[in-house]
Amino acid sequence: MTLELMQVISNQGVANRDIEPAIPDQDLLKLYRMMVLNRQLDERMMKLQRQGRIGFYLQSMGEEATTIGTAYALEQKDWIFPCYREPGAAFVRGFKLVDFVCQLIGNAGDPVKGRQMPNHYVFKAGNYTSVSSPVGTQIPQAVGAAWASKILKEPVVVLVYFGEGATSEGDFHVGLNFAGVFKTPNIFICRNNGYAISVPRSRQTASESIAIKAKAYGISGVMVDGNDILAVIRATRDAAERARKGEGATLIECVTYRQGAHSSSDDPRVYRPEDELEQSVQGDPIVRFRKYLEERKLWNASQDEALQEEVKQEILNAIAEAEKNGPPPIETMFDDVFAELTPNLQEQKQYLLDYRKRHPASEVE
Amino acid sequence: MPVMNMIGALNDALKIEMRRDSRVVLLGEDVGKLGGVFRVSVDLLKEFGSDRVIDTPLAEAGIIGTAIGMALYGLRPVPEIQFSDFIFPAYDQIVNELAKYRYRSGGQYTCPVTIRTPVGGGIRGGHYHSQSPETLFVHIAGLKVVIPSNPYDAKGMLLSAIRDEDPVLFMEPKRIYRAAKGDVPEGDYTVPLGKAAVLREGSDVTLVSYGAMVHTVMEAAEAMSSNGGPSTEVIDLRSLVPLDTETMIASVQKTGRVVVVHEAPKTSGFGAELIAQINEKAFLSLQAPPVRVTGFDTPFPYTLENEYLPDVGRIKEAVDHVMSF
Repeated sequence: MTLELMQVISNQGVANRDIEPAIPDQDLLKLYRMMVLNRQLDERMMKLQRQGRIGFYLQSMGEEATTIGTAYALEQKDWIFPCYREPGAAFVRGFKLVDFVCQLIGNAGDPVKGRQMPNHYVFKAGNYTSVSSPVGTQIPQAVGAAWASKILKEPVVVLVYFGEGATSEGDFHVGLNFAGVFKTPNIFICRNNGYAISVPRSRQTASESIAIKAKAYGISGVMVDGNDILAVIRATRDAAERARKGEGATLIECVTYRQGAHSSSDDPRVYRPEDELEQSVQGDPIVRFRKYLEERKLWNASQDEALQEEVKQEILNAIAEAEKNGPPPIETMFDDVFAELTPNLQEQKQYLLDYRKRHPASEVE
Repeated sequence: MPVMNMIGALNDALKIEMRRDSRVVLLGEDVGKLGGVFRVSVDLLKEFGSDRVIDTPLAEAGIIGTAIGMALYGLRPVPEIQFSDFIFPAYDQIVNELAKYRYRSGGQYTCPVTIRTPVGGGIRGGHYHSQSPETLFVHIAGLKVVIPSNPYDAKGMLLSAIRDEDPVLFMEPKRIYRAAKGDVPEGDYTVPLGKAAVLREGSDVTLVSYGAMVHTVMEAAEAMSSNGGPSTEVIDLRSLVPLDTETMIASVQKTGRVVVVHEAPKTSGFGAELIAQINEKAFLSLQAPPVRVTGFDTPFPYTLENEYLPDVGRIKEAVDHVMSF
């Protein structure tokens, strides 16, 4: 079994009509806008991080086609289990930019109440579960959710993201194995972006591809050009259709490239050649999609210029709005450990509040 | 009222809850056709079918990981880990995921999962079928940990655990699975999590324990009482998280002496936490330093397990010690 890389849009922006997914023009432009917003957001947030206005940041630069395309191919009732580099998928689901920025700051407007470090957001209203730092843990969880949807006979598909590094974890094996055995309606999206922090893909597996691993679990495997949003949408739609028909799970390997550092704390110059980055920029997913839109006469340079400015303003407005919030109140630290405060938590909460009365935080240095 | 052992009482609880709530599903290794290696889920597959009583692949991380996903989606999974000695492949899923989901999602998601797992020694199971790892779970914020000591509590607490909105580690003392028998009401009733039971009232010494050790403690207490020894009050904690500190402190304030008994190793065992709290809250009532009677800081031994486990003699000696201090 050898898997070929599925591609719809060539580097010149020309689509292969045989496999081009049907997408309304209006949606194509929305997708492009979301990719541009995601890219500008990354650039702006890295600046904010360098200015000390947020503590940490994870970019998804270069992977916008993968994260936005996969999420777009689902229905709103479907569930998404994120890794940590898919804010694009949350935005497709309707996650508000201002909530995203509040989460980065960890302020009182943060939907997760300042409990988690930046980029660990949750968007339940969009069936988008919680980001976790431990790698791969979301994979068996996504299988459990899909299994539940199957037991309840609901036509809901569950998609889960992870990087190629996660495929070395036991949870990857465990999750795909359960998915195969119970024929769960899952879509496993491996964002193969070449690196797990500094460690290259070749150090994660000797397998010729990630997608081929599907074979051993008795599920479908597909390898797509992850910088080609139409190929990503096509593969995800096909997988969702199979899952909804009861034909089981699919592992989709999206071959892409992490253009940025792993995180704001990382420096890729230490471990990868800079020309590798230049080569990858030629295959940039946004550039490719724009060529396609231009080729189809749906887009032009002056529209693009206007969009860049519009998106910039939208991000600046979200930051201004988010920064109006103060920190979450101290007493909220004890909420949501359990549904109700246990006696020890009640006691500890009272202690902290009393202590802060005796010694206000502003006085302690 | 029917007399049942722990196995029968737990099976009854599962049956009642699965009939009452169609969201409840069981999953684990051998829980279906076999009915579990200890037979706790016997006959449930027949009544509820293979969508609700599920034999899984052999992977603890998968059992707990998928149970989390099921719970997020809206089911009430009751996974079984065949022996608590085998729970560690799932430890990351329990510590970082199951126990933290409510908190880290700002209360958006909950994880009502009840993990059932046999615990403790005395069955000639050696290291890998005998450990008492409860404190490794008590230290995890966001997880309830309970250990019933008799059939009545086992049934009522399991019903409470499954109905709880938060994850519960439900530890079943396997040594008394069949040995502990008692009256168990038919039908639905619950025993709240977080309430200790005073099994025996007394005025000289408080004996605090939980799980299978409660029976050894009661035996020691009754032997001392019938020999004209000290008057002992016995507390069965039943629930380690949440902990009923109030009942324990009230008792120690009354008796002024305390002996804590558990199977788990001594260092950083649950007794350490109990005695720390007693020192913080009842220091001036104490007439003797609190004493621990526990397993040793060794791996759980096979041939010498009866030397390892606290017995009536060690408990009596500890009581004599605090009485004569």
